[in-house]
Amino acid sequence: MVTNTISPSAPLAASAGQGGRSNKRRRIPSVGRSLWWFALPAVALYLYIVIWPTILGAAYSFTDWSAFKREPDFVGFDMFARVLQGDLGGAAIRTVFLAVVTMAIMNVVGLALALVLNTKLKGRNVLRAVIFAPAIISSLVIGYLYKYIFGPPNIGAVNMLLELFGLPQQDFLGNPTTALWIIVLVICWQFSGSAMIIYLAGLQGVPEELIEAAAIDGAAPFQRFWHILRPLLAPAFTINLMLGLIGGLKVFDQVFALTLGGPANQTQTISTLIYQQFSQFGLWSRSTALAVLLAIAVAVLSFVQFAVLRRQEKNL
Amino acid sequence: MKGTPLGTTARYVYAYGSAILFLLPVYVLVNLSIRPVTDLTPAIIPTSTPTIDNFVTAWTGSDLGQAIVNSAIVTALSVTAIVIIATAASYPLARSSARLSTATFYFFLVGLLLPFQVATLPLYIQFKDLGLLGTLWGLVIFYAGSQLPFAIFLITTFLRTSVAIEYEEAARIDGASDIRVFRSIVLPLLLPVVGTVVILVGNGIWNDFFTPLLYLSGTHNATIPVALNQFVGAFGNNWPAIFAGLIISMLPILVVFVLFQRYVIRGFAGGLKG
Repeated sequence: MVTNTISPSAPLAASAGQGGRSNKRRRIPSVGRSLWWFALPAVALYLYIVIWPTILGAAYSFTDWSAFKREPDFVGFDMFARVLQGDLGGAAIRTVFLAVVTMAIMNVVGLALALVLNTKLKGRNVLRAVIFAPAIISSLVIGYLYKYIFGPPNIGAVNMLLELFGLPQQDFLGNPTTALWIIVLVICWQFSGSAMIIYLAGLQGVPEELIEAAAIDGAAPFQRFWHILRPLLAPAFTINLMLGLIGGLKVFDQVFALTLGGPANQTQTISTLIYQQFSQFGLWSRSTALAVLLAIAVAVLSFVQFAVLRRQEKNL
Repeated sequence: MKGTPLGTTARYVYAYGSAILFLLPVYVLVNLSIRPVTDLTPAIIPTSTPTIDNFVTAWTGSDLGQAIVNSAIVTALSVTAIVIIATAASYPLARSSARLSTATFYFFLVGLLLPFQVATLPLYIQFKDLGLLGTLWGLVIFYAGSQLPFAIFLITTFLRTSVAIEYEEAARIDGASDIRVFRSIVLPLLLPVVGTVVILVGNGIWNDFFTPLLYLSGTHNATIPVALNQFVGAFGNNWPAIFAGLIISMLPILVVFVLFQRYVIRGFAGGLKG
């Protein structure tokens, strides 16, 4: 632990000068430094479960290993080329579409709900809890619930309702386009509430006097929102948009429950494709190459988004 | 936001209307699960002959009971391990400005970005070699390792920004050892963030489907999502029984949510703010 010898500055002097808890990110070297070995179990487990398998996995994506081969052989970028020419194109576009659309809808709905449920309203705590509750339920359960609601003619709840009103029934999940929109709906239904909760937490930091003062000065509701709330909510926007995008890019459970990627692979996302290649087809290297591409996509897109949002936060 | 009468009505309509939209699918779920299989009226119409037959069918015709026990064991063990290991690691990471500490912290943050799917195949082989494949222990070890970065990130950030260092300094001046300071001063102050970690990580593990689907499938050690998947496959189009199964599987977490509602909501709001 050679590096431990830097900065022997006196912690007491520093703290006396700067007075306490308001000072973020201050770290004082002497307190707890000799406890560095406390981190050892975490480092060991993390290396074994995350780092080492990830490095190995990335290496496997340059081989042609599958359930049908005893040993992996190095094939360079072959797997990536094959994946890019194969099913990935459609699935990648679909995944990005799902991520962007659900992110947008969830945030509009979540913000609107937060603005309303931040005002004085009878039973607002119950309303908040009810609207948030789907977020803690398994996405698989919710997927199955909606699989029945949008089930095939003469079975699904919506179809029985259409029948009742004498309207033509639809095979909602059998049609790739409607199936995709149903996946969007299910994700938004489940997670708009958690977006709302984060906006509500952001709104709690906004003093009511500020809004009242603006109202007295004659600011219209939209002006009040745009000029006062929006800048103050900037961190909540950043978190919600990031979470929405990353969650959307990784979506698996809902698609698995609702369509299994079908009909004819037309609702396959990158994550369900990874599962299909790995578990059902035994194409191990191919699924790993897909996972590496997903990782790169998630990293690049979320980094770009983060950079843009941060810059906007600063410009406000 | 001070409302005119019209504004107030609009707000109530919007808020309660949204709540009804959110509850409608749940209503269908409950309604279908308590009606006889032979009742084929639209699911939106309340059933006239409620029954608990579907729950009996679902409970006796499946391994859901065992799966709930398995999920509880896996979640409890994983969360306990994560809290202990991550809390211990976060203390030196938050309090030491040594380059090694900073580097270790960033090293853990990398784990937040790495998608676990890349590691799927090598982990599968590692677990198989150790005889952990298909066991609950394998899952516990997997979750403990893969959720560490998130837990360490939350706890370290909390220590740096919300726990004043003066208490620790005062205790050290009074002659307390490092370990004593950690145990008697720091740990009690960490309770809020530990609560957040338990809620967020615990909920994620309880609901996780992808990992047990890969590592547990074909064994009797199914967790709830895996058991549900098998269950839905086995019951085909018997939706009333499936819905009874879905409700049984949701009950434990809903009970926890109702009991600890405020903490859960605060946990999600606070933790995700990170």
